[in-house]
Amino acid sequence: MATQQTRSLARFMMAPSVVLLFVWMIVPLALTLWFSFQQYNPLNPVRDGFVGLSNYALFYSNPAFLQSILNTLVLVVSVLLITVIGGILLALLIDQPMWGQGIVRILVISPFFVMPPVAALVWKNMIMHPQYGVFADIARFFGAQPIDWFGQHPMTAVIIIVAWQWLPFATLILLTALQSLDGEQKEAAEMDGAGFISRFIYLTLPHMSRAITVVILIQTIFLLSVYAEILVTTNGGPGYASTNLPFLVYQKALLEFKIGQASAGGVIAVILANIVAFFAMRAVGKNLDK
Amino acid sequence: MARSVTTQHKTIATIAAWIVALLIFFPILYTIITSFKSEQEAIQGFNLIPSGTFESYSEVQAQSGYFKFFLNSVLLSVGSTILALLVAIPAAWSMAFSPTKRTKDILMWMLSTKMMPAVAVLFPIYLIFRDAGLLDSRMGLMVMLMLINLPIVVWMLYTYFREIPGEILEAARMDGASLWNEIIYVLTPMAVPGIASTMLLNIILAWNEAFWTIRLTTTDAAPLTAFISSFSSPQGLFWAKLSAASTLAIAPILIMGWFSQKQLVRGLTFGAVK
Repeated sequence: MATQQTRSLARFMMAPSVVLLFVWMIVPLALTLWFSFQQYNPLNPVRDGFVGLSNYALFYSNPAFLQSILNTLVLVVSVLLITVIGGILLALLIDQPMWGQGIVRILVISPFFVMPPVAALVWKNMIMHPQYGVFADIARFFGAQPIDWFGQHPMTAVIIIVAWQWLPFATLILLTALQSLDGEQKEAAEMDGAGFISRFIYLTLPHMSRAITVVILIQTIFLLSVYAEILVTTNGGPGYASTNLPFLVYQKALLEFKIGQASAGGVIAVILANIVAFFAMRAVGKNLDK
Repeated sequence: MARSVTTQHKTIATIAAWIVALLIFFPILYTIITSFKSEQEAIQGFNLIPSGTFESYSEVQAQSGYFKFFLNSVLLSVGSTILALLVAIPAAWSMAFSPTKRTKDILMWMLSTKMMPAVAVLFPIYLIFRDAGLLDSRMGLMVMLMLINLPIVVWMLYTYFREIPGEILEAARMDGASLWNEIIYVLTPMAVPGIASTMLLNIILAWNEAFWTIRLTTTDAAPLTAFISSFSSPQGLFWAKLSAASTLAIAPILIMGWFSQKQLVRGLTFGAVK
């Protein structure tokens, strides 16, 4: 009797969260799917109606589409490589005994708390600006020609900014994992004469593997939808050189008012995210069974 | 002998770590320094010592009304966090203390909603907001931010609540405590630290959210993310002023962030790394 009561109480307590998230998930997604099969133009509603798969065909045949998919993947993979490798090295470094470790940690983690538009603007104007940026100052100091980062290497510039934002996250999580490594195990390996490299490969790396997986998966979720950094720095250009999928969808929807095509792009973004999510959920789920 | 080696090792590690840390921190540091320069100084090349003027700060406030955006950021991040906590605490509570076979599935499903790319639902949300008259309203955006962060809030609370030992509840029940007394006197004191950590992390996430806050606002409800994005246009290129605005936008959350490192790890890895 009591359990019956508890159970219905539990259900009652869970209901608001579940209902809210369900509506939040289903309604917009259903609408996006619906619009992806429609011709819909808020500025010119004359030809509105069902158009089958033509939005997908149009979106797909747009030369910007392949470029944007490619840019999305390049951005995700490059930032992952930089942050995971850099994060492991940084975590190993910070884990060493040193003076002022607490302050070092605070300095390293700080970029993560900088809101994306600020990060992008600071890098764009203070650091990478071809005339007034610090990089230009350095180049001139060595007598070299300053690089026009956003004109000539827009993707590289965006990658550097996004990597700067996420390196702290990777470092912090890998450092946390590193510090939970059993000290006795480390000592035992040291006593057995294992050098730094073999200790790293056979002891530290396996211990950190789950943290690394988590870092990769969580970052991928966020990196697939990088938006503000591109909006503020390159605005997707020059041409489509730094347009990723979220940015292309945004352009189609709110600048060109091609809602049908934007929705088709949105559906593609959902599919892409779902492939990643599938692996993410399995990794996180495994942890729950423990 | 061994001691001197350790000291040497420590010295090298210290120097290396400080160099790397300062390099990573440099863009933030340089922004703070530049914010205390005059516009003239700011474009005169690399210079780490500002003249120490507060000119840019007063100009940012005078010209663009920084304070209004700041207030919106505070209202939106704190408001959405309180909303999320109100909805999430009962849910996390019941999942932690009376789990069923489906609890795990529900948690996983909640997490999966977080994986939906925002841009995929941009237009429907835009349309709903427009038709409901919620565009550029603080209430609409607050609900939006609440929904975005709700899965993380439920998860984080759940991992904290799960650590509260169930035996304590039984003991209290044996002593004849009513459900209400149990919640007020036994569980709440134990749950407060977890709730506070969750709140802190969620405020940070809401403060820095830079998709919906930019796209769904124009003037009235615009928080600092939208304010800063407006500086990307060419006429807004005043280095010292830009730096002052940036410093003001990140300072509160940077300081909060320093205090929440542990919670950050836990919250963003959904309890997988502690």
